[in-house]
Amino acid sequence: MAVPRPRARRVRWWKSKPFDVAQFTLLTGLVVWLTWRGAAGMEYRWQWHRLPQYFYEIIDGELLWGPLVYGLMVTIEIAAWGMVLALIIGLITAILRLSDSFAGRIVSTVYLEIIRNTPLLVQVSIFYFVLQPILGINNPIWTGILCLAFFEGTFASEIMRAGINSVPRGQWEAGSTIGLSRTKTYIYIILPQAIPLMLPPLTGIMVNLIKHSAILSFIAVFELTTEARNLIGDTFMSFEVWFVVGPMYLILTISLSTLVGWMERRVRARQ
Amino acid sequence: MTDSETMIVMSGVNKWYDDFHVLKDINLSVRQGERVVVCGPSGSGKSTLIRCINRLEEHQAGSITFKGIELDEDTKNIAEIRTEIGMVFQQFNLFPHLSVLDNCTLGPIKVRNASRADAEALAMEYLERVQIPDQADKYPSQLSGGQQQRAAIARSLCMKPEVMLFDEPTSSLDPEMIKEVLDVMVDLAESGMTMICVTHEMGFARTVADTMIFMDEGRIVEEGPPEGFFNAPKSERTKLFLSQILSH
Ligand SMILES: Nc1ncnc2c1ncn2[C@@H]1O[C@H](COP(=O)(O)OP(=O)(O)OP(=O)(O)O)[C@@H](O)[C@H]1O
Ligand SMILES: [Mg+2]
Repeated sequence: MAVPRPRARRVRWWKSKPFDVAQFTLLTGLVVWLTWRGAAGMEYRWQWHRLPQYFYEIIDGELLWGPLVYGLMVTIEIAAWGMVLALIIGLITAILRLSDSFAGRIVSTVYLEIIRNTPLLVQVSIFYFVLQPILGINNPIWTGILCLAFFEGTFASEIMRAGINSVPRGQWEAGSTIGLSRTKTYIYIILPQAIPLMLPPLTGIMVNLIKHSAILSFIAVFELTTEARNLIGDTFMSFEVWFVVGPMYLILTISLSTLVGWMERRVRARQ
Repeated sequence: MTDSETMIVMSGVNKWYDDFHVLKDINLSVRQGERVVVCGPSGSGKSTLIRCINRLEEHQAGSITFKGIELDEDTKNIAEIRTEIGMVFQQFNLFPHLSVLDNCTLGPIKVRNASRADAEALAMEYLERVQIPDQADKYPSQLSGGQQQRAAIARSLCMKPEVMLFDEPTSSLDPEMIKEVLDVMVDLAESGMTMICVTHEMGFARTVADTMIFMDEGRIVEEGPPEGFFNAPKSERTKLFLSQILSH
């Protein structure tokens, strides 16, 4: 039977690069135009020139950071501490789930099920209205960090469990036969092999922490979103502020992904 | 044979995987310096047998003692006992994220608290012995199968074990690399090491074995010195097995 000869592949015009670029430009233009039209329609007064002072001001030759920069710093602080705690909580949970201890498996399962099956906003409320006074935390930022860490810890534990499980059983056995304890096998053999596998999905958690930290504006933590809302309350520049704050989050998350991608390639290259 | 020379005793050992009876009434005693070769068809329980000796697998009935210490769930210092029992796997199981040298020094440093310098000197001595000192700084993935298995042997030897267990150490190697590994094992046997080897390399078995063991369906069917084992096996199943394996 004759097989039809494949025809030489022609690049269709609607799949070509210039068309892609044209498409993108057109789309962006359309969005901008629609926004502008909409704003004009409601007689929105653009005041972009007033925005820079909320980033920084120079008074008497001294540089003072504005609320948007402070908010950004707090967001980064929340994400960084949240990440550290989420990693610790995730690792402990993953190891408990993989352990032979019945109590350990119960504790980790109950934690995972509760966090997974309730809304984050409810968790934030419980942490703020119930746990904060009970634990005597005097700064809501720590309540917020703790809450987000427990929330993201569930994802971290899942990623870590998968990473740990993907190290072959023979590695455990080889560790045992040279006399390493379970803990030492984890530290010197299993985790060094599992961590490079965990890194890319764990970036997702850091990105989530940055995004979900916005929910803490609900409990009066002065992170970026809270600062933005307050600013709008004072100035009524809602379009300008949100158009700037959105990209600020974007820049943060994208540069983070890029950084981790680079780290990952370095770890791979070493092996 | 006096008691002081006896290293490993298995008596009435039985083991099940759920309903599956893998080891049936295993009685075996291994003297210091004895070389035991275990053979038998696939699935007969050879791996399970030797993995019970360092408790990678747990037995459910009978007793296993190593130098008089009973191995069961009450054994306190199982990790310490394991350092005296070296094991070499079919799949090598080298640590891929560590160089060959670090594979060898990890145990001495982290378990025996040796200094890095001492551990490295010891590792180089054994890498020399298995004839791959020039591979010390490479990662396992950069080595041939034969070199990897010799590195794994060196890693075990660095713990100065009193007995070495081998589970089909040459089965996943290309034919041209089998000899280099067997040579190392013969050398080890000649140095007086107590060894229990699961292998189908009958040439090796004839050279080094003091005792041959044939297993089938979870039982030790035949046990004895190699002359009798190869020339006049008592059991029909042993005869059949040997005729199949030697005709290859
Ligand atoms: N973890 C396990 N769970 C259930 N059954 C198992 C397990 N490990 C081994 N078995 C079964 O026990 C039997 C004996 O296995 P074992 O690995 O000891 O055989 P073997 O003689 O070493 O075979 P081979 O020559 O293929 O390595 C086999 O039938 C195997 O399927
Ligand atoms: Mg086997």
